[in-house]
Amino acid sequence: MSETITRTWSPEGDETRIALTELRDMVGACMQCGTCTASCPNWYAMDVTPRRMWRMVQFGMIDDILKSRTFWLCSSCYMCTLRCPRGLRLTSAMGALKRLARLDGARQARRNGAFYEAFMSDVEANGRLQEASMMQGYFLRRMDPRLPMAFLPLGLRMLGKGKLHLPSRAQRGRLGPMFAKARQMEAGS
Amino acid sequence: MKYAYYPGCSLMESAREFDVSVRAVMVRLGAELVEIPDWTCCGASAAEPVSKLMNYALPARNLAIAQDALPGMDILAPCSACYLNLLKVNREVVGERHLHGQVNEVLAASGLTYRGGVPVRHLLDVLLNDVGAGIMAQKVTRSLEGMKLAPYYGCQILRPYAVFDSPGRPTSMEPIIRAMGGEVHEWECGNRCCGASLMVGHRDVALRSVAAILDQAAGADAVVTVCPLCQMNLEAYQGDAVKAGGRRIPVLYLTQIMGLAMGLGESEVQLGKNLTLNAGARRGIETRAWSVTLQAEGAEPGRAAGAEQSIPDQARTGKMNNLNKGGNHV
Ligand code: SF4
Ligand code: SF4
Repeated sequence: MSETITRTWSPEGDETRIALTELRDMVGACMQCGTCTASCPNWYAMDVTPRRMWRMVQFGMIDDILKSRTFWLCSSCYMCTLRCPRGLRLTSAMGALKRLARLDGARQARRNGAFYEAFMSDVEANGRLQEASMMQGYFLRRMDPRLPMAFLPLGLRMLGKGKLHLPSRAQRGRLGPMFAKARQMEAGS
Repeated sequence: MKYAYYPGCSLMESAREFDVSVRAVMVRLGAELVEIPDWTCCGASAAEPVSKLMNYALPARNLAIAQDALPGMDILAPCSACYLNLLKVNREVVGERHLHGQVNEVLAASGLTYRGGVPVRHLLDVLLNDVGAGIMAQKVTRSLEGMKLAPYYGCQILRPYAVFDSPGRPTSMEPIIRAMGGEVHEWECGNRCCGASLMVGHRDVALRSVAAILDQAAGADAVVTVCPLCQMNLEAYQGDAVKAGGRRIPVLYLTQIMGLAMGLGESEVQLGKNLTLNAGARRGIETRAWSVTLQAEGAEPGRAAGAEQSIPDQARTGKMNNLNKGGNHV
């Protein structure tokens, strides 16, 4: 287990710049109409509205982008993507911003990205997601002792309903070679 | 009708009751589900923030297996995230030469190649367009008459790709609810986001969405959904959502309700797994205080009339309230 937790996706090279270029291609045609912000269910909790975020990407304001928590508050609901009059794939752009912040490796990204990292580690190890072991991995990454407590009541209710299971080993390790290949390709791009 | 069935990880874990009820209902409707052999996780919405390639390669692996092992079959994916991820490969990878090549390079590590062209179908699409409301209605032995259901679609089955319904005002569950004899609760929240995985890391933000949805469900006997994540968010956090302005209400899978209407017992659709339903509420649903047995083939007409008379309107309403109240004490 501990080995999967310390492993990272090798943030060396010019990846940050490549990622930013890719992002600029994605939102370059934004005309700043604000439809995305108006469609977003989570805009009120964001420090930068989606519309302004695309402006910042167009201007390559990398430091401001990385400081923002906007993209961590995207719940992938695709409402902005559906409504953007320019047909931009904005939910994917939010995903690309999460990847960009992850490359940067800031503490904020480690905390906000902990769930996605734990999820993917568990999938890599087990082939199929095992909810209980994924949540354990998440708690370890967050290193906040209050967090498991916050989930304890729900965990107990799920246990009572027979919704928690021992990890299934049927697909264990099945995805290892694909993950290794992708990691190698993405580090070398 | 034969489908390559992709249950996805949630349906093996916390959403077992969805898997069990989907299989049971599809058998009743005369469809055959062949599970994709050796399937693995599709990455849900967690792959995209971590790796662009794995975001496509994870679902593509399952498509590639279906293409080789179950040729000619459409894939049936009941989970919204699985459905979108599988569909995305067909829409965003196939035909994009560079990306398609890269994805196949990753797949090659497992000895697979995806050529494209395996149709990906959502459960609602199959129910509406392959089975049809007429056939579904014929299978109903115990109508859901008197039960008002709020159809909750969530995000990813119609956005960004509106294959079988309108993403702005989805209606695809309505003919199914009516075919079961139920009533549709009219509301504006059917396609609102439930907060998805923000519930794990930014609970306050997700709770606000959940509370708004639960509040709008007022007047319905239950919310019905086809997404395991929506179901979990709307059901498991009701205690906190109430503090944020929501209300308690059972949240069931559409297929659980369909199974009951088609004569399956509560254990056959695993109502016991729903967090909001205690034993009293489950009995309320199964004894179907609200229902009138249809005078259909196989039903007992005498019992139908008797059942109707033995439960006066007031008692029926009382039982329905019980169903709601039952949800309060898990
Ligand atoms: S909806 Fe599209 S065009 Fe309008 S501001 Fe947002 S990204 Fe730009
Ligand atoms: S996809 Fe993300 S940014 Fe777009 S509307 Fe939904 S939550 Fe907001």
